Amino acid sequence: MRHIISILMENESGALSRVSGLFSARGYNIESLSVAPTNDPTLSRMTLVTSGNEAVIEQIVKQLNKLIDVTSEIYTVELTGTGEKLEAFMDAVGEGCILEVVRSGAMGIARGERVLKA
Amino acid sequence: MSEKTAVELTGAEIFVRCLKEEGVDILFGYPGGAVLHIYDALYKQEDVTHVLVRHEQAAVHAAEGFAKSTGKVGTALVTSGPGATNAITGIADAYMDSVPLVVFTGQVNTNLIGNDAFQETDSVGITRPIVKHNFLVKDIADLADTIKKAFYIASSGRPGPVVVDLPKDVTAAKANFKYPKSIRMRSYKPTVKGHPGQIKRALEMILKAEKPIIYAGGGVVLGGAAEELTTFTRELGYPITNTLMGLGGYPASDGQSLGMLGMHGTYEANMAMHHADVVIAIGARFDDRVTGNIEKFCPNAKIVHMDVDPASISKTVKVDVPIVGQVKEILSDLISALRDSSKKPKDAALKAWWKQIEEWRSMDCLKYDRDSELIKPQYVIERLHALTKGDAYVTSDVGQHQMWAAQYYKFDKPNRWINSGGLGTMGVGLPFAMGAQMAHPEATVACVTGEGSIQMCIQELSTCLQYGLPLKIVLLNNRYLGMVRQWQEFFYQGRYAMSYMDALPDFVKLAEAYGHVGMRIERPQDVDGALKEALAMNDRLVFMDFITDDTENVYPMIPAGAGQNEMILV
Repeated sequence: MRHIISILMENESGALSRVSGLFSARGYNIESLSVAPTNDPTLSRMTLVTSGNEAVIEQIVKQLNKLIDVTSEIYTVELTGTGEKLEAFMDAVGEGCILEVVRSGAMGIARGERVLKA
Repeated sequence: MSEKTAVELTGAEIFVRCLKEEGVDILFGYPGGAVLHIYDALYKQEDVTHVLVRHEQAAVHAAEGFAKSTGKVGTALVTSGPGATNAITGIADAYMDSVPLVVFTGQVNTNLIGNDAFQETDSVGITRPIVKHNFLVKDIADLADTIKKAFYIASSGRPGPVVVDLPKDVTAAKANFKYPKSIRMRSYKPTVKGHPGQIKRALEMILKAEKPIIYAGGGVVLGGAAEELTTFTRELGYPITNTLMGLGGYPASDGQSLGMLGMHGTYEANMAMHHADVVIAIGARFDDRVTGNIEKFCPNAKIVHMDVDPASISKTVKVDVPIVGQVKEILSDLISALRDSSKKPKDAALKAWWKQIEEWRSMDCLKYDRDSELIKPQYVIERLHALTKGDAYVTSDVGQHQMWAAQYYKFDKPNRWINSGGLGTMGVGLPFAMGAQMAHPEATVACVTGEGSIQMCIQELSTCLQYGLPLKIVLLNNRYLGMVRQWQEFFYQGRYAMSYMDALPDFVKLAEAYGHVGMRIERPQDVDGALKEALAMNDRLVFMDFITDDTENVYPMIPAGAGQNEMILV
């Protein structure tokens, strides 16, 4: 399952290396990664896409939190959808937009005329 | 105490002042070009004692031995390039065992960094995966703050090694020195107190248990929580087992202690763990040496897990009640809650459980042939324990001798057993002992070692003479790389590839060449006499070469792929 992880971290040299080093050392895969300073120049936001089951993602987030440079502000977004939709979503997040995350219950809905009806 | 008023000092002088502020009284190190200014500043002061080792690896291991035997931060100083790379093994060892350490590495001038300068290495890059954190100080204005942060990070939360890279020009530059009273790190805030709700849930689960076991690890020793663990365990009346790193966290001579668990743990400890219905994990991390085959681990147990590192919780084994925080605090809260609770442990069930445990104990899994004409290594450790009244600082190298030391020297106090668990580094025994002896000049410090391990840092015998360290080196000499030989006997049908040590030196002559007392002991009836003679010499290092039975193997053993209840017994 693909996950987007958004991290707020200290804008210090080596911080990016630390995160990517963590992923490679523990055998997790980084599918894509972007990082840039926020409006507070001492903080950077890093957004990366990785995949794994729930237990793996939980461990990844815990290991990230252990890094001294990483603040406690970490968001994970789990996505399902077609490839194009995921790409479009990641492009949008990559530009540093702050998205408000709204949670809904698990659901699936078919487009168009296919409707679940009793 | 008010903040020090501003004074203009060189970087090197600031370095020395910072060490003093941090209460560092012993620094292990080895000079070199990049750190000459620092050594000059060290020469001009007397508050910090510098111990000159003979290899940078030993400087870091000695700092570890210092830290492990005191609970304080160990400090080492090495030069750039090869000095820093020689320190890597020690730093990795500290990382795996969560040892509070600050290692200062020299670095070339800031304007030469990245230029392939003389004795330049990217120490920060090389150590990144094996440190809790590291710093490169590019500006003297950051030096004092960085050093304070380094000590704070090393000693707080889950302790670990911190590397501070110091370019030579930064140590020559001048700046106003003001030691910060406190530092706040917004992205690093380790949890201290456990969540009260979790503590309540944990106590409920603990008191419902009919086959409980307390599984206590290195975190108890690192967290200074031995007293709380002892009170907690005694008030519950539950059996307790310690990991290799946790030995001494609970008195081993106490009847509630089942001894060490894991790959070479006791039969009763492993069986109790396997059959338990509630496992109370305290400052332990469910390492693979303990669990055996994870699929077969604790099939019927609910697990309470208290640890200061949230990443260790549910990493390999999913737990039911996690509590993040310092184990000292969590145990204190649990003890209070237990005393306030109207519920009590289930007496009848416990009686039956203890009966079962005593049956397992009756297997006497640590028995060995006491009538042999050859010296049994287990016997040497037992006699060492008796003659030191179980009160010595015992360091160890890695291998069979390490397992026998862990099994047969009953540790009743924390910070007495000093070994390399996570990384399992051969060569640490002697420098660990140096660090422990520097920290405790009046104490008996014994180093249990093998012929392979002792040769890896043998040059440190010279350091021992220079600083008058009266170590007692207990070499269990079986002429083999024992643990490798054991695996080759069990799993490679006796194909002893490269595990026989040919051309061993005459260790007695070698010890004497380094200025120490050497003894060779070849008969069991001479063991006591030799140990007594050695222990009586409290101003000389005594190197005892015990020629032991080379066929002895470490039992019990959980072979690879087996569950905790599938041990090979003697």
